[in-house]
Amino acid sequence: MKITRRKAMALGTAGALFAVFGSRINRAHASAEEIDAALKAFAEGAEIGEGQVSLTTPEIAENGNTVPISVEVDSPMTEDNHVKSVMVLADGNPNPEVITFNFTAASGVATAKTRIRLAKTQNVIAVAKMSDGSVHMAKNQVKVTIGGCGG
Amino acid sequence: MASKPRVKVPKKAKAGDIITIKTLISHKMESGQRKNKKGEKIPRKIINRFAATFNGTEVFSADIDPAVSANPYLEFRVKVNESGTFKFLWVDDDGSEYTTEKKITVG
Repeated sequence: MKITRRKAMALGTAGALFAVFGSRINRAHASAEEIDAALKAFAEGAEIGEGQVSLTTPEIAENGNTVPISVEVDSPMTEDNHVKSVMVLADGNPNPEVITFNFTAASGVATAKTRIRLAKTQNVIAVAKMSDGSVHMAKNQVKVTIGGCGG
Repeated sequence: MASKPRVKVPKKAKAGDIITIKTLISHKMESGQRKNKKGEKIPRKIINRFAATFNGTEVFSADIDPAVSANPYLEFRVKVNESGTFKFLWVDDDGSEYTTEKKITVG
């Protein structure tokens, strides 16, 4: 088959369109599988329980560019029994990972605050891993008025 | 460009106190999701790690992803039993490291 200039142009345009929209669809938000995979990797085989973790988020965030969040995990924080890390995920962002806090027995209290970006209304998830390997999670929905991912 | 890390640590504390530390660094935290006017993606450039050490021992750290806001703010607690120096470290995607120190007197 001879490829004429016209055909080549048409193919090129189709390809470019696919590349643009294809990537849009993929990157629109994290899939449920991505969240599951991130949770599984973090839990390292432990069953994920509820409770012990309290996640504080605003009910409505007017500006998704900077949403204050606060995590606190109930733990005595001793050498033998402390919170090792807390991973924060957002299921409606292009990438689900937000931040992972790593605590030590010297933390005294397993609590941390930061400000995050949320692309749209979605769930924010906090999962805590204890020194004994057990894993607990908490989930909050945040309503976002103006998304925070630009472009 | 990132610059001027700002950290708040109490100057004095009693032994066994759990103090609150607040940190902020000026950084754009370019997420890698935004596009410029030509529709090209602006490459990601963020602070990807933060660590706090007290007298040489790491007491808190954070692995940071692009979903953390520009000028990343972190607040956390540390239990202090002795006087000493806190060192704070921020690591940029381009490999640069920004550091600052604060002293605390524990009596």
